[in-house]
Amino acid sequence: MMSIIVPILVLGLLGVAFAIFLSVSFKKLAVQVDPKVESIMAVLPMANCGACGFAGCLGFAEAVAALKADPAGCIAGGPSVAEKVGQVLGTEVEAKEEMLAFVACQVGRRGAKTKYEYEGVANCQAAAILFGGDRLCAWGCLGLDSCVTVCPFDAIHVNAEGLAVVDRQKCRACRKCVAACPRHLIYMVPKLQQVLVACTNHERGKKAKEVCPLACTACRICEKNCPESCIPVSDNLAVIDFKKCTQCGTCVEKCPQKSIVNLAKVQAVSEVAFSGPRR
Amino acid sequence: MISNDMGMFLIFLSAMIVNNILLIRFIALCSFFGISNSMQSSIGMGMAVIFVMVMATTVSWLVYHYLLVPLDLLYLRTASFILTIATFVQLEEMFIRKTFPVLYRALGIYLPLIVVNCAVLAAAFLVIDYNLSLAKSLVYTLGVGAGYFVAIVMFAGIRERINLAPIPKSFQGYPITFITASLMSLAFLGFKGLFGL
Repeated sequence: MMSIIVPILVLGLLGVAFAIFLSVSFKKLAVQVDPKVESIMAVLPMANCGACGFAGCLGFAEAVAALKADPAGCIAGGPSVAEKVGQVLGTEVEAKEEMLAFVACQVGRRGAKTKYEYEGVANCQAAAILFGGDRLCAWGCLGLDSCVTVCPFDAIHVNAEGLAVVDRQKCRACRKCVAACPRHLIYMVPKLQQVLVACTNHERGKKAKEVCPLACTACRICEKNCPESCIPVSDNLAVIDFKKCTQCGTCVEKCPQKSIVNLAKVQAVSEVAFSGPRR
Repeated sequence: MISNDMGMFLIFLSAMIVNNILLIRFIALCSFFGISNSMQSSIGMGMAVIFVMVMATTVSWLVYHYLLVPLDLLYLRTASFILTIATFVQLEEMFIRKTFPVLYRALGIYLPLIVVNCAVLAAAFLVIDYNLSLAKSLVYTLGVGAGYFVAIVMFAGIRERINLAPIPKSFQGYPITFITASLMSLAFLGFKGLFGL
């Protein structure tokens, strides 16, 4: 019996002695944390996405509390968080324009023409290494989940068509998918911008048409018809100037390739791909 | 072999160079590879390990010789030593947070990880195994800590150069790091036999 009690007592007493010692030294060595940091942390999304440029939400909160960072710097939080951070600091905070990620492609891997049958790792980077991906279009979405896995907000998914689609309700503009996409076809657009060029194909007209029925052929019809002349074609691709665009929708109507979309008129970009001409 | 008959200086050198904890004994390699990518945090980690090691070994030596031996509870060695180490890591974490906030942030996750750093436990065990007196244990532990410090700082210096070197793609990152570590270990093997240890 003693052989059980003695070790228990010894370890227990040792533990108690150390615990007392630690709690005394904790009192002596207590560090005063800036209460602002904690209250800023409380209003942040705590996704540690890093879009603000600091190492996680703690780094951002400390920088803001020390007045070394822009209080509206939390990109994932958007204006609502910026306002709350402003309340903590007791200052007015000017919110930044909200951005969203946009996948500039309309045809998923199911409907796309392929060069070869890819049966490797389900990962866009891996596929892109193998002869530039299995799709005939060197710019098209590979639809293999690389953007989906990096998204900390569960805001981007590959739909049944095999096309990555951003959930505009959930997207917090952290840019992780932008960096992850080996095709560089995800980019940031203003939240209110509904008219967008949903293609990144830089090939010339005929070649672009050969690889994808919905590719921008750089025909310049949009450029000529735009009343604000805000959609110049450069490097064989139409590019909308978001600062000038009034979202009149002329280019959407005129585009013979249907590669410009108005998100307000279509539920999901993928539906355009279904209804679009397919060869 | 290290024994009680050896002089203080010899014990120190033996612990630091001839039986270097990282490069000869291959103990505590996780932190060796984990934190050595920057010189600043390696110095911090080295200092932290020296501090924790000396404190923990002293207390665990006392615990062993004045508590476990008289009560014939030698089998509680591991448990009681880990308890001691955990306590002193906590203490040190508070201490560093209070005195060097920058170092505290640089060490980050590695500071609590000293709790499970095998080098600290190994030093506490080795002084018992070698049957050293308290003073010599202190010197020995200081040597082990200094050896850790020297090895990790040298390694960090090399790694900073490696980051800028044109390394073949297949060797970039950990492969070249492991190769470097093994070459350093080979170099340290050259000290074997020094001082007749």
